[in-house]
Amino acid sequence: MERKTKIHAEDGRQELTITREFDLPVELLFEAHTDAVIIEQWMGNKVLKFEAQPHGGYQFETIDPQGNILFRANGVIHSLVPNKKMIRTFEMENVPFDVQLEYLEFEAVTSETSQLTMQVVYRSVELRDQQLKMPFEYGINMAHNRLEEIVKHLK
Amino acid sequence: MNLRRDVFQAIADPTRRAILLLLTAAPSLTAGAIAANFNTARPTVSKHLQILTECELLQPQQNGREVHYQLNPKKMKEIADFIEPFRNMWDDRFNKLEMIMKQRAKKKPD
Repeated sequence: MERKTKIHAEDGRQELTITREFDLPVELLFEAHTDAVIIEQWMGNKVLKFEAQPHGGYQFETIDPQGNILFRANGVIHSLVPNKKMIRTFEMENVPFDVQLEYLEFEAVTSETSQLTMQVVYRSVELRDQQLKMPFEYGINMAHNRLEEIVKHLK
Repeated sequence: MNLRRDVFQAIADPTRRAILLLLTAAPSLTAGAIAANFNTARPTVSKHLQILTECELLQPQQNGREVHYQLNPKKMKEIADFIEPFRNMWDDRFNKLEMIMKQRAKKKPD
């Protein structure tokens, strides 16, 4: 299946842009980004707090079955215009990635389709590249773990 | 000593990125021609060339007494590909978002 999401990360710049077209009216796309219950469903982490308003705060968390915190992030919403835009900060806790600034723009393409443009600005080029690599490295680790599991069963 | 250098570590350095960029413009250059583009000392540039060669981003070619450097397109493609998992992560999330919202729209017709 063709991937609808596009990532634009120019070499040597401390920002990246994620764009995606949705088979959804812009109102539903916006709702999916501001309703805590819905965010939780598609982002795949717990939403401890999401105050969808200017100066509102939010907090995400992922806990493994043993109760260890695997991931925790928070941020502040700076500006929120229904069905148009959201400007917010994002910071992962306990990792040295620093705060990033996110500009989300919601646009109606037709009455039934919409587009999201997400510009993410990092503190440095190095931090952006590290962030980009995280799923790549995670994938490699997962593959290693899988391999270890398989090898264990062979013994 | 680093036995195997990380490609991403290699491109994290601005001078090394500049060297790669230089070689996208000129297909093949000697170490001297490359060094002429930088204010840094020649041995520093040589060190960068060595690192880029070790991680196979550059292919040195002996031409008589001179070594010419050129890009290794296969390895360069590997760098381009590392963005794929990041893209797939977001694409999976957005596919889920689309599915959830479609179901909600069906449930409560206005």
